[in-house]
Amino acid sequence: MKKSKLLMIIGSLLLLGLFVFPLWNITLEAPQYPIPLGMDIHINKFSDTHEFDVKNINLMNHYVGMQYIPETIPEFKLFPWAIIIMVVLGVTIGFFGNYKLFLVWLIVMSVLGVVGMYDFYLWEYDYGHNLNPKAIMKFTNPDGSAMGFQPPLFGTKHILNFTAHSYPRLGAFMLFIGMSLTFLAYFKGLKESKQ
Amino acid sequence: MKSIFKSALLAIVAVSFLTSCNNSSKKSGALTSNAAERVYVAPGEHDEFYAFVSGGFSGQLSVYGLPSGRLFKVIPVFSVDAEKAYGFNEETKPMLNTSFGFVPWDDSHHPDISQTAGELDGRWVFINGNNTPRIAKIDLTTFETTEIIEIPNSAGNHSSSYVTENTEYVVAGTRFAVPVPQRDMPISEYKGNFKGALTFLKVDPEDGKMNISFQILMPGFDYDKAHPGRGDSHGWFFFTTYNSEEANSLLEVNASQNDKDFIAAVNWKVIEEYVNNGGGTKMPANYAHNVYDENTHSATSTMMKEVLTINPSDVPGAIYFLPTPKSPHGCDVSPTGEYIVGSGKLSADVTVHSFTKMIKAIKEKKFDGDAYGIPILNYEAILAGSVKSGGLGPLHTEFDGKGNAYTTFFISSEVVKWKLGTWEVIDRKPTYYSVGHLMIPGGNSRKPEGKYLLAMNKITKDRYLPTGPEVTQSAQLYDITGEKMELLLDFPTIGEPHYAAGISADIIKKNSKKLYKLEENKHPYVAKSEAEAKVVRKGNEVHISMTMIRSHFAPDNIEGIKVGDKVFFHVTNLEQDYDVPHGVSMIGANTSELLIMPGQTETFIWEPKQVGVWPFYCTDFCSALHQEMQGYVRVSAKGSKVPITFTLDGDAVDAE
Repeated sequence: MKKSKLLMIIGSLLLLGLFVFPLWNITLEAPQYPIPLGMDIHINKFSDTHEFDVKNINLMNHYVGMQYIPETIPEFKLFPWAIIIMVVLGVTIGFFGNYKLFLVWLIVMSVLGVVGMYDFYLWEYDYGHNLNPKAIMKFTNPDGSAMGFQPPLFGTKHILNFTAHSYPRLGAFMLFIGMSLTFLAYFKGLKESKQ
Repeated sequence: MKSIFKSALLAIVAVSFLTSCNNSSKKSGALTSNAAERVYVAPGEHDEFYAFVSGGFSGQLSVYGLPSGRLFKVIPVFSVDAEKAYGFNEETKPMLNTSFGFVPWDDSHHPDISQTAGELDGRWVFINGNNTPRIAKIDLTTFETTEIIEIPNSAGNHSSSYVTENTEYVVAGTRFAVPVPQRDMPISEYKGNFKGALTFLKVDPEDGKMNISFQILMPGFDYDKAHPGRGDSHGWFFFTTYNSEEANSLLEVNASQNDKDFIAAVNWKVIEEYVNNGGGTKMPANYAHNVYDENTHSATSTMMKEVLTINPSDVPGAIYFLPTPKSPHGCDVSPTGEYIVGSGKLSADVTVHSFTKMIKAIKEKKFDGDAYGIPILNYEAILAGSVKSGGLGPLHTEFDGKGNAYTTFFISSEVVKWKLGTWEVIDRKPTYYSVGHLMIPGGNSRKPEGKYLLAMNKITKDRYLPTGPEVTQSAQLYDITGEKMELLLDFPTIGEPHYAAGISADIIKKNSKKLYKLEENKHPYVAKSEAEAKVVRKGNEVHISMTMIRSHFAPDNIEGIKVGDKVFFHVTNLEQDYDVPHGVSMIGANTSELLIMPGQTETFIWEPKQVGVWPFYCTDFCSALHQEMQGYVRVSAKGSKVPITFTLDGDAVDAE
C-alpha cells in the first residue's frame, strides 16, 4: 500500500480516540480545594475528574446564579455521529480515493472542528452570563455591568476565588495528530503522483 | 592595620565555622538541642505516625499525630458525645446498650491495632471498656466505633483488648473475680468460689465482626494485663495476675502478701481445638452485641443468651502458671516472642521469662505444685533473667526491634532502657510524673518502629499552666534512635491516657474515607434528593425526612406539628464533597445537635411542649451562607386542625 493511503487511514482512525479519551478539561482551583475540581468533556458526555466533581462545581456556581451543568446536551448526540462518519469517509477515501480527496476531507474536518469550538464557546458564554436574577451573590465589573463567569475557551483565567484552567486532553491531541497525518498524507500523495 | 583587621575577621569566621561544624556533627548535647525542630511538623505537612491514645475515664479514644503531639479527633466509643451526637441520636443509641440497659459512660483502657502475620495492618483498633465489661472495634477507614460486645461473667475488663498475631482473637480478661454465674452469696466466701473469666473473641478476617468464642473460667485471681505470643510463641497468650491470695477486702495489704503471683500462660490453640471438637459447657448468659452498619448509618443491639465456658482442668496441657514476683502488672512479649516480661509493680526488678525454657520445663514437668489444678512451673527453670533496674515500681515494657526494651517505673517516675539477653541497663530518663504506660509504634508486634517512645503520665502537677484543682493529663515524647533517650515534647491529652497504639501514618491514611456515598445510603428514612423530602404523621409521631445542602434545609418551613407530638427529624446530608458536614439543632430539644457527614442520615427526637413558631439551624459553619441555613416549625395546640405542610421557598418540596 502506498504510504499516503496508509497515513490517511491511520490519521482517520486516530479520531476514534475521542470515544475513549476526553476531548477537553476544565479545572477549577480554589483555596478550599487543595484537590481541584475538574470536569472532563468527552464527545458524548461530561464527566468528573474526581468522583462528584460536577455536582460540586454546580454547588459552587449556584452562589453566583450560574445554571447547573446539564446531564447531557444535544451536541452529545451529534458529535459521535459526525466523528464516526468522518472516520468511515476517511478510511474509505484512504483505501479507494484520490489524494486530492484527502485535502477535501481535512478541510471538512477542520470546518467541523471550528464549528464545534464555536458551539462550545456559545455554550460557555451562556453558561457564564445567563445568570439567575435571584443569584445569592451578584458581582459587577468596574464599569457597572454584571460580571460574567465564563470559563476560558483555552488557557487560564482568574474568576473570583477560582483559577480556571481550560485545556485540551488526550482525545483532542489524537484528533490533532490524526488531522496532521491526513495533511501529510495529502503531501505524500502529491509527491507520489509526480513520480 | 587594615590587613590585621582583615586577618582577625577571617580568623573569627574560620573559628566560628569550625565550631559550628563541630556542633552540628554532634547528635545530642544541651547546646545543640534541636528538640523543637524534631517535633515540628510544618503547616500543611503530615505527621509520620498516628497515635491512638486511650481516653481513660472519658471512655473515648483520641487520635494524635507524632511527633507533633497534635490532637486530630476524639473518637467516641463508650461514652456519649454531644459534639458528634454519639449516644444521643437514634442511630447510635443502641451502641451503648448493655445487659444493664443504656450505659452512657465507661473507662477505656488499652487500644490495640489489628495485625496480620505479627505486623500492624491498620484495619481496626480495638479498645476495652473496663467498668461495664465491653470490647469495642473502631473501623480505621471511617474512624468510627462500629461494634461493641459486652463480656458476660466478667467485671473490670482490664486485661484487654489485645489481639493475636493474625487478629484471630481479641482477648478480654477480667480484673475482678466474681461469682459465675452471678448469685446472692456472702462476700467472705470469695476464696475458692469466685472465678476469673478470660474471654476470647473471634474476629472475622473479612469484615472484623466479633463473636465470643469461649471463656476460660480461671481461679478467682485478678487478671491484670496481657499480651499475645508471637513468632515461636504464637498460639499462646500471657496474662499477669495479682491477688493470688484471693483477698476480698483491703486488697492493698491482703493482696500483697505472696512473694510471687503468676503470669498465666494460655495455649489458646489447644483450647480452640478442644472447642472445635465439641468441648466446653454452654452456659446461659445475657450480653449485648451492638453493631453499627455503615450503609444504614444505624446500629442494632442484639441480646445474646449463651456463652461457651471452659473449665481449665478439663483441658490439660493448655494452661500453666509462671511464678512472677511482687504483684506483676505489665505483661509484655518481645518482638521475637522469646521473652515474656513481667513487671512486679511492688518490686525494683523486672522479671523476664524465657518461652524456650517454659516449653522445656513443661516437657520435663518441672512443676512446683498447682493452683486449682493448674500446674505452677518452677521459677528458676523458666527465668531468663531479671533486670536490676535501680528504679522502683516497674509497670510496662515496649520494644524497639533493635534488641532493647523500655520499661516504665511509676514510683521512681522514669523510663529505663535495657538490653534483652544481657539485662543491663543502658539509659534512664525521668518522666513528669509517675508514668503509667508507654508506647513505641508497633512496639508490641513483630516489627516495632523504634523511632519514638510515648510515655503517658498519671500526674502532671506543675508541668503546665494550672487550671484549678483538676490539671491536664499528659504524654511525653522521647527520641529513641540513639543510645540515650532524649525528651522532645510534653503534650496534653484527654484523660486519662492508659495505653496507646501507634502506627505509620502511611498504612492508614490512604484508606481513610472522604465521605459516605449517598447512593449507598440505606437508612429507612433517607431522602436522597429534595424531591424525596417529606413529613409524615403516624398518630402523634411525625417523621420528617429532611435534606441539607449548602446552604438550606428542605423543607425549611413545616406546619401542622402539635404540642404532645413526638417529632423525628431524619436529616440527610446531600453533600458529596470532602469535609462538608452540616449540623442541625432545634430550640428546646432535649438532646444534642446532630453532626452529619456527607451522604449520611441521622435522627433526633423533638417533643414540642409549647405552641409557637420555633427555629432550627445548621450548627457547623458550612459555607458563606451558613448563617442563612435555618428554618421554622409551627407548633399548634393539641387538637388543632392545622394540616401538615412542608415547603421550601413557598413550594411543597416533594412536588417537584
